[in-house]
Amino acid sequence: MTPALLEIDGLSVRLPAARAARPILDGVSLSVAAGETVGLVGESGSGKSVACRSVLGLLPQGAGAEGQVRVGGRDVLTLDRTALRELRSRKVAMVFQDPRAAVDPLHRIGDFLTEGLRAAGVPADRATARAAELLDAVGIEDPRAAMRRRPHEFSGGMLQRVVIAAALAGEPDLLIADEPTTALDVTTQAEVIAVLTRLQAERGTGLLFVTHDLELAAAVCDRIHVMYAGRIVETRATDELFARPRHPYTAGLLACTPRIDPGAPPPRPVPGRPLSLAEAPAGCAFAARCAFAEPRCSAETPALRPHGDGLAACLRADEGILA
Amino acid sequence: MARYLLGRLLGLAAVLLVTSFLVFSAVHLAPGDPVSFLLKGHPATPEARAAIAAQYHLDRPFLVQYLTWLGNVLHGDFGRSVQFRQDVGPLIGSRLPGTALLIGYAAVLVCVGGVLTGVLAALRPGLVDRAVLIGTGVATATPPFVSAIALVSLFAVQLGWFPGPGSTGTGLGGRLYHLTLPAVALAVTLAGLLARVTRSAMLEQLAREHVEVARSRGVPERTVIRRHVLRGALGPIVTVGGTTLAGLLVSTSIVESAFNVTGVGQLLVQSVTAKDFPVVQAVTLLTVLGFVLVNLAVDLLGPLIDPRVSPATGGAA
Repeated sequence: MTPALLEIDGLSVRLPAARAARPILDGVSLSVAAGETVGLVGESGSGKSVACRSVLGLLPQGAGAEGQVRVGGRDVLTLDRTALRELRSRKVAMVFQDPRAAVDPLHRIGDFLTEGLRAAGVPADRATARAAELLDAVGIEDPRAAMRRRPHEFSGGMLQRVVIAAALAGEPDLLIADEPTTALDVTTQAEVIAVLTRLQAERGTGLLFVTHDLELAAAVCDRIHVMYAGRIVETRATDELFARPRHPYTAGLLACTPRIDPGAPPPRPVPGRPLSLAEAPAGCAFAARCAFAEPRCSAETPALRPHGDGLAACLRADEGILA
Repeated sequence: MARYLLGRLLGLAAVLLVTSFLVFSAVHLAPGDPVSFLLKGHPATPEARAAIAAQYHLDRPFLVQYLTWLGNVLHGDFGRSVQFRQDVGPLIGSRLPGTALLIGYAAVLVCVGGVLTGVLAALRPGLVDRAVLIGTGVATATPPFVSAIALVSLFAVQLGWFPGPGSTGTGLGGRLYHLTLPAVALAVTLAGLLARVTRSAMLEQLAREHVEVARSRGVPERTVIRRHVLRGALGPIVTVGGTTLAGLLVSTSIVESAFNVTGVGQLLVQSVTAKDFPVVQAVTLLTVLGFVLVNLAVDLLGPLIDPRVSPATGGAA
């Protein structure tokens, strides 16, 4: 196995007690190797965005972190300002959810593309040439002309390609995609995913793919981590996760994905609602919504343990309840 | 663009025409009688009063008086000052440099002081921000005549750092030195307002995702603030800054009177007291012209600041 590019090890992120009853992240561990695509799946508020932003050293205001986030062996959480800038401009790059919000509307596309490179000390003419190359690589015609245009002159899909190009500008080892297609329409989604995965494969970049869409994660990822209320509740290779989920929440997510094949059952939503930051129930955080919950589920917090070929955090994972 | 500009200029002319009529009627509706002022309280026969009224065209119907005046103004003739017995044009011209210097000085103080304070507050949450909020709250609530009295008593009378009212310096440096207290008095309220607008515009931009994106790409914090946060906040800052500048044109008459600065504002106050119609009308019209021109400049700057804004619609394209 290739050494991991990214190792998140027991990461907990907490807001001051007055602002949240439970940690935003609680003992999250995961790793991404070169050329590998790892999915991070969960509902809104499950902590997946906080987890992926922590890789860039971006924590919520006033939050404290425990554990380690190692990129290339160095802990991001202890880096000084200079080392952090070096990390952000050279090693890790992020593709954000909504390209309209991610690109400053007041500047030209060319400035957006070269900004990261210029910050890393690349001379202007080389940065411009590189930006044009990248625009070509993500399938934007006439890159030189495109660079003189402004964000509002692009469609959402085209703009997300620009964001991907900008993320690749510093030739990062690791790419983080935080719901990169959620803000786009379906046909554009497919194109953007195709561009993203093609470039990732060409460059051997590690990819941490964050989404709430299990089907999409299945199409892209080698391995998937399912998050609930700040904890990873299941980790498994994609095929395994779909064939034999061990955590009732994973099963619930699978059941609520709409399918179009004939004879497929209608989607069943997971009952209840996600846990807010103000709630800190004892025991398993999912117990209140779980169809298989027993009294002990509300008393004992399940640890993430090996079950089958992956990990699951459920007291009843070995009882075959989901079979 | 050319059509847009032409439209704006026509609009400007219309605004000036309407204001000129309003100003003319307002001055005539105000109680008091210019003939009595001209006679300085001396008793006069009705014949003498009629003669004076005829000399200043005060005996004609209101509308005729207005149209005569308007015709003359269009030819650049603002009439004669009743109290100074001098043509209004040269009279205002001689007072204009003092006012222009004062307003320019105050405008610099408002823009530099207001924007810097606002930026500082936005970037230093906590104690600095709280102090700025309180300070600007007080500044915004202090009218120029109050700050004028406070400034004179503290810096001119007690500390003696700056000259008191009524003195003028020689040379640009000397004149600016003498205008410092008036300029500060004029600037305080508006600088407080601009600081608050700058602060909230900066905070709004700081919360935008593209700012975090820039940070996530290793762009140095100073560059992020300058290129994304401050640049994005420029829209509201310029809009309010423009209105502020126009506000200086009005407040200047109070400050000039308080500090005895020989300027257009002081002239306006003197003329109102003396019922010197031609001067009041000319100065008011000039003030309105200044207001409209500043607003036009702000509107023309809009598309330069935000390329999505089209000048013709005033909204997003």
